[in-house]
Amino acid sequence: MISAIKSVELPEVNRRGFLRISFAAGTGLLVSLYLRPRSMLAQETPMPQAPPKVYPPDAFVNIRPDGKIVIQVNRLEFGQGVHTGLPLVLADEMDADWANVIAELAPAADVYKDPLFGIQMVGGSGSIAHSFKQYRELGAKTRAMLVAAAADRWQTTPDKCRTEASVVHGPSGQSATYAELASEAARKPAPANVTLKTPAEFRLVGKRIKRLDSPAKCNGSLKFGLDLDLPGMKVAVVAHPPVFGARVKSVDDAEARAIEGVTNVFEIPLAKGTGVAVVADKFWPAKQARSSLKIEWDLSGVEAADTTELWTRYRQLGRTPGTVAATRGDERAIERVAAKDRILVEYQFPFLAHSPMEPLNTTVRFFGDRAEVWAGSQFQTVDQMAVAEVLGLKPEQVTFHTEMAGGGFGRRAVADSHVQREAAAIAKRLRGTPVKLVWTREDDVQGGYYRPMHFHRVEIGVGPDGLPVAWRHVIVGQSITAGTVFESFVVKNGVDSTAVEGAADTHYNVPNFHVSVHHPKINVPVLWWRSVGHTHTAFVMETLVDELAARARMDPIEYRRQLLKPDAKKPLRTLDLLDKETASWRNKLPRGHALGISCHECFDTGVACAVDVSIENNRPKIHRATIAVDCGLAVNPLSVESQFQAGLSFGLTQLMAKGAITLKDGRVEQRNFDGYVPPYIIDAPVAVDVHIVPSTEAPTGCGEPPVPVISPAVVNALARLTGKRYRTLPLTSL
Amino acid sequence: MATYQLNVNGQRREVNVDPSTPLLWVLREDLKMTGTKFGCGISACGACTIHVGGIATRSCIVPISHIGDRPIVTIEGIAQDSVGQAVQNAWVERDVVQCGYCQSGQIMSAVALLQSTTKPTDQNIEESMGGNLCRCGTYPRIREAIKTAAMQLAKGGE
Repeated sequence: MISAIKSVELPEVNRRGFLRISFAAGTGLLVSLYLRPRSMLAQETPMPQAPPKVYPPDAFVNIRPDGKIVIQVNRLEFGQGVHTGLPLVLADEMDADWANVIAELAPAADVYKDPLFGIQMVGGSGSIAHSFKQYRELGAKTRAMLVAAAADRWQTTPDKCRTEASVVHGPSGQSATYAELASEAARKPAPANVTLKTPAEFRLVGKRIKRLDSPAKCNGSLKFGLDLDLPGMKVAVVAHPPVFGARVKSVDDAEARAIEGVTNVFEIPLAKGTGVAVVADKFWPAKQARSSLKIEWDLSGVEAADTTELWTRYRQLGRTPGTVAATRGDERAIERVAAKDRILVEYQFPFLAHSPMEPLNTTVRFFGDRAEVWAGSQFQTVDQMAVAEVLGLKPEQVTFHTEMAGGGFGRRAVADSHVQREAAAIAKRLRGTPVKLVWTREDDVQGGYYRPMHFHRVEIGVGPDGLPVAWRHVIVGQSITAGTVFESFVVKNGVDSTAVEGAADTHYNVPNFHVSVHHPKINVPVLWWRSVGHTHTAFVMETLVDELAARARMDPIEYRRQLLKPDAKKPLRTLDLLDKETASWRNKLPRGHALGISCHECFDTGVACAVDVSIENNRPKIHRATIAVDCGLAVNPLSVESQFQAGLSFGLTQLMAKGAITLKDGRVEQRNFDGYVPPYIIDAPVAVDVHIVPSTEAPTGCGEPPVPVISPAVVNALARLTGKRYRTLPLTSL
Repeated sequence: MATYQLNVNGQRREVNVDPSTPLLWVLREDLKMTGTKFGCGISACGACTIHVGGIATRSCIVPISHIGDRPIVTIEGIAQDSVGQAVQNAWVERDVVQCGYCQSGQIMSAVALLQSTTKPTDQNIEESMGGNLCRCGTYPRIREAIKTAAMQLAKGGE
């Protein structure tokens, strides 16, 4: 998500912020030791089961006396694999013994901010892309300090020493472990410049490295935010208004208060409107009590959004020109193309909920002059500020622990920090008591912050060679960033780039090309949903290009090659690789099966996809998917493979028959996974083979790029089977 | 409130809770066994899957008062079973997990499948795993891991 920020010049303050981080990291804070006895540390850390962390959190690497090397991960782990990926990058340059590396999720702090974005966050598929160099340098500097300490000890020079598996070896057969050298090394100045390894010298980068968090996630021992259990902790749920932004008029809580275990019921402010918080000793009484509240809501002054009405409005808007997002050649060239050579099509994309498996939650404890927060957050420093604001504290008075999260897909990166604000508002009333706020699945499905619904209208004029000569494209959809702190970065000249990315900046070469956009204001909160604008733009572009290829009676791979700009290196490389890797099967499919192709670049990663699809029980059955990906240097090819194998299923959410959030009279019509149904195993590709373009270019993201390609590839295959084109999602019938 | 005697992972446990409390919340909040996850509360996602009397069960909709003396096995205890151990090993071996939140439930469903079907077909897998949601979409690797575990169990049984 937030791909748009990348292309924007960062303000000076952020540049300085990054320099400050580098400086801080280079003044002896790199290597620190737990010098105090463990019992003292245990007193400082409120979580009895958690390993102790360093506060203030100014260290990335801790070499423990037992030889364990603890590496802080400056980002949330929520499936994308960064908890393994960044430590392996650091450990490689440091020549640390991988078997003894422990990864920890860092708490909120300036040193852990994204070097490019200037806030601590996961987004824009930037975890590896933005921190690869940072973590390599941290590892190399740490190694240099250890070697310097060893050289001193042996009265030799660092260049005569070598390192391997957490041991420094001297020129005369001496050796010392990193643990033995750590305290001497910590007194060494960190070198300003270090020489990084050449790709040939990598021991871990580029190898298939298994996840560090895997065993604990397979035996039930790993604690997610929702699993947090603190002494004296209460559990809270909130009754949210039935229409976004409505307010509590009156509440009868007599029945709720009578439920054993319920301790408090009170009204709280929400990001928009108000709600009623129910606090209890445990979850079940809290949930039961919420169900028994009798609340009268004040709906005055809040717009009651209605999906049917919105489509009418969007269609009308889409038939008028919007704010220009991209233009080259002549916008009116389309009008000179003969009617028989013109295509006019309209697409509809519904609201989509992210619905991560772990329901949203946050725990807050307010002490009056400070607070502690536990949350699986993609936006730690943003959420930390929000909690501080609610509690009347400074951000540095709020200790923010990053908890492992069960998915997120953008849902835990919310500019208004509404979940953390709710939790803080409740904790404020229960001073001293830790309170865990739990959003139930119903809160999640009905709670807004959806992928915005979009309407596309595209007119294409086809030339005599079958390639498009004119393309006029209008997009209608809410701006995700309007009214947030991100607006000034992302919205330029009235265009929210997250709504047009993937279309306005397409790599396809059309001489007369025009994209414009309308951003209606609707009373439904919207948010980036894994791969953001590409969720709908790639679908439109890749189904239309496929249609044009079929119209020209050309091979879909070859047609794309011809239409791509010659400098679209990554898409072209992935098409070549896809061509090669599917040669054995793509033209020999069984009867009743069809091939579907797509190709899309996003977040600087090129992806080409081929699927083998048949129709079973009136639904697409994906027997196989082949992926070719160019993500620069693949830091952990196993992780790249996994992200693509699985990420395709996330992308298939939008093809599900019940893959839509709809509203009637301002009320969300779906409540849970019975009404909003994401893909299950039967809906997923049976097998996915992933092929990586060999590369030594800078690594680029792999979290979001799997998502956009799958849906267009599948409907392109369906079109071959049924003769129909699918332009309205969800796919309720074939 | 009422008192219930439970047999969880071979151990006797006593809890004093409201009879309507779903077993899921008794495990998580009273017995502090948080490996079993809350995902939806309506038995639609399978994150809360455990074994009750040897049968894969969605613990989020079963009230504690309905359990009786049937033995309960959760993710924390499944390694005591040879099939459970094989499945957990296969999951790690195939690097299945991503966010990992659904995987306790996936593993419990997979163990139930392999306890009754030693050589599952793709169709068996789709049927038995059909109610376990994974938003990360790790399904292709789940499928592989089940087959890996089945092969390893077959080898061990020879």
